[in-house]
Amino acid sequence: MIDKTSLWIVIILLGLGSFGLRFVFTGLVGDRPLPPWLLRHLRYTAVAVLPGLVAPLVVWPAATGGALDAPRMIAALVTLAAGYFLRNVILAIVLGALTLYGGLAVFG
Amino acid sequence: MPRPTTNSTYWQGVRDGAPFILVIVPFSLLFGVVATEAGLNVLETLSFSVLVIAGAAQFTALQLLTDGAPTVIALISALAVNLRMAMYSASLTPYIGGASLGQRALAAYFTVDQSYACAIVKFEQNPGWSVPQRLAYFFGVVTPVCPLWYLFTLVGALVGASIPEGLALDFALPITFLAMIAPMLRTPAHLAAAFVSVTLALIFAFLPYNLGLLVAGLAGMMTGAQTEVILARRNEARLS
Repeated sequence: MIDKTSLWIVIILLGLGSFGLRFVFTGLVGDRPLPPWLLRHLRYTAVAVLPGLVAPLVVWPAATGGALDAPRMIAALVTLAAGYFLRNVILAIVLGALTLYGGLAVFG
Repeated sequence: MPRPTTNSTYWQGVRDGAPFILVIVPFSLLFGVVATEAGLNVLETLSFSVLVIAGAAQFTALQLLTDGAPTVIALISALAVNLRMAMYSASLTPYIGGASLGQRALAAYFTVDQSYACAIVKFEQNPGWSVPQRLAYFFGVVTPVCPLWYLFTLVGALVGASIPEGLALDFALPITFLAMIAPMLRTPAHLAAAFVSVTLALIFAFLPYNLGLLVAGLAGMMTGAQTEVILARRNEARLS
């Protein structure tokens, strides 16, 4: 169960912080150019943070008490491959979900 | 070509934003459901979507809070996921920097993946557009996207409690994230960043407070940036 105080702290500060990130250049920096090295790092934030977030969830799923799980692992690989080759987020989610349910039916 | 009116660029934006309904509806629905599963009530879930209005960051914060991560770590990690918004903001500034402060604040709030992606393409194609025409286009794209984001978060939160156990919703989040990440892996630099991130996140998973994710994220960013520099240098050497 999530603690209600920390939940509201996160909701409000994340809201303010996200607005700050969106407003920082449009609103405050104006037309001054940014250093190229900073832009170069910012370009990779999403692909550097999200995979690291997901990897432990795939390898040690909470639902199996952290044991490696074939249906979930296969579903993850199918989703990744579908997203990479088809470049379509929704289609990848659908194929991943179908694989998961198929796998759970077969192995479960 | 006749100079478009503010009205016509607005509707052009609405048309360009409309296909994203197919992405926004299931994604916000899922957030509503997953948040309800995690024990959030309808008000908390909806506040998340209205105040933060960024799917990946919302899911990140929710997942880390569910894992019992400290508040500060959940916040920093979710903000790191949203750092790309600063990039969007930087890139939109030359086009809408001339608008009033209120308009810029409103545009900043509505700067999401979809509105940015559409706007930057159209602004580059139509250098003759005035600032009001650009803003009209931007808010046109936002019109079919953001209200549905709120609405279907609400729907997800309301139906969430009635979703049966057997649906294995614990894995909805990993699948959604993987589906979002995969198309982002466009270049060797993106692939290298993701690879380093995954490897370090698994190696440093033992660190308390999910600090492993911060290590993995920083190292991933540095890897991506460095790979880009090396590849660019190699390309130059080949061309000269």
